[in-house]
Amino acid sequence: MTSSLTPVTPTIHSRPVYAPLEPRPGQLHLIVADGEGADAVIEMLDKASDRSGILAAAHVMYAPGPNGTDLSSQLQALGAAQFFRAPTIPALLPRLIRVLADAHMGSQFYLAGTEGLIGQAEREIMKTGFPVGAIQKEHRGSTVRRVQCVHCKGITENVASDPFKCSHCGLNLFVRDHYSRRIAAFQGVNIDAEDPGEVPQSVVRFK
Amino acid sequence: MSLDFKPGAFNDFFREETFREDFTYRNSTQNIRRFPFPFDRDDYMYSVNMEPHVPGRKGTAFEHILDVDEHYVAEMIDRAKVLADDPLRCQSLPHMTLAGWDLLELIMEAKARDYPQWFSLEKSGNNWRWINRPLGIDHSFTFLDESTLPYGPFEYITRQTQGDFSLQDERDGTLWMDAGMVTSQADWSLDFDVGMNFHEWHAPVPLAHEKGVFDRALKFLMKLQHGAPVRRFNWTMTVNPLLDTAPETYPKWGPTKATITPENLGQKQHLRVELQSLYRLPRSNAIAFDIRCYLASFDEIVTVPKWGRRLHRVIRDLPEELATYKGFIRNRPAMVDWLSKYDDGQPTSPGWWPDD
Repeated sequence: MTSSLTPVTPTIHSRPVYAPLEPRPGQLHLIVADGEGADAVIEMLDKASDRSGILAAAHVMYAPGPNGTDLSSQLQALGAAQFFRAPTIPALLPRLIRVLADAHMGSQFYLAGTEGLIGQAEREIMKTGFPVGAIQKEHRGSTVRRVQCVHCKGITENVASDPFKCSHCGLNLFVRDHYSRRIAAFQGVNIDAEDPGEVPQSVVRFK
Repeated sequence: MSLDFKPGAFNDFFREETFREDFTYRNSTQNIRRFPFPFDRDDYMYSVNMEPHVPGRKGTAFEHILDVDEHYVAEMIDRAKVLADDPLRCQSLPHMTLAGWDLLELIMEAKARDYPQWFSLEKSGNNWRWINRPLGIDHSFTFLDESTLPYGPFEYITRQTQGDFSLQDERDGTLWMDAGMVTSQADWSLDFDVGMNFHEWHAPVPLAHEKGVFDRALKFLMKLQHGAPVRRFNWTMTVNPLLDTAPETYPKWGPTKATITPENLGQKQHLRVELQSLYRLPRSNAIAFDIRCYLASFDEIVTVPKWGRRLHRVIRDLPEELATYKGFIRNRPAMVDWLSKYDDGQPTSPGWWPDD
């Protein structure tokens, strides 16, 4: 099987890296995915020696990707104990938070899809004190970024171009690889502060 | 109880000055000579460059482990203004409270010991009385009881102490920056970086990772012992004596880099030195990191001939990546031009002291 993990060019130490999901033994399998992340979940289950055991203890939450990819019917067809399709990531997170409140040690977390989905789900899991080692992350599909404007603190979702205009304060921001797990976002910094108006041609860096 | 300052005592020593708007900050003649000039030779490259943080030469910034100088009161007033504008400049994750008490104890004991004319600390068990005369503070409180202070212990003491501070928790074989008071920083965001580990928060620094600087520094710091603090220098350049060069406010201060002319450079361009010291804390086992910022204008620096010669050579020969990362690449040619007038090509003596 050829994995289609989204390639990430190693840059700086704060930039997250990803690996294919692997089935692991656990009391609860919390699976959170968006867009093409559904394929990663399906492939992980195909590798499992105890596929039915995992599915019987699995809670799957899914949202369509920012590019419109919606594989919810394939995921639903897996037959997990619980399945939920949210229209968006913000609509998915309250359910994740509620489920985490009852999750015990021995739970396994599988996050797959865009970095925005992975980062926001990881943040909620880490808040509960689960060890980072219990969280697996596989980046699939769109590489658009969730970016925090360091000036106004506003988050712009699904950033494709660099530089881009902050959707809140309107400053021209360049997208750094510096990443905060606490904010679940990359950092955007004003590019023409020293020479207002001198903004380099914007290029599509994330698709 | 509040932390409203009532300054005025010792105002023949503590300067009334600003780090914003009209920028009246200056170094007195005697204070220039105690400036911690960071270059002990005529060139510069990153290194771990740690040394024991022990009391040093009298009349210098190294005389006491926590240097209190003529800018103390003005810096604390500036910090209070920064925090009023943006409370996120001080953050402490919930598990860092004990480390905050550790730091409060370290600072109060050091200041009361080294500057008895300005600070005193009386203890009767956990009932403590802290007097800070320059800021007009006289507080009695219970050590380790947060409810008896107007702020958490970390914020309380760092509102009264020059220098930015971060507190590092040690776990999983690395250090985690889980608290910070950051209002005089060289363009990094505590709000973005809080909660990161050692390699993550240093991630944007160029060249040093490849040289193994951060691997070695972390290894060194993990062995840091209580009672044996260490120090190192860092430095950059700042236009105007602006302590708070935060990324948050970069759109406000970034444009000032374009205001440098050959005529105003000596007065506006400042060498920004960070005297960084690190302490292992006794109860929490956390590490406190003190990043003390000193500013001196080029005009002030070249009053010491050795420093004028050396600064010219360092800035002229600095690798381009470093000048870019430190944010002064656009003004480097103007700085080198200006400084060249103070470099007659004579040899300089080793070490950073002004005279020897």
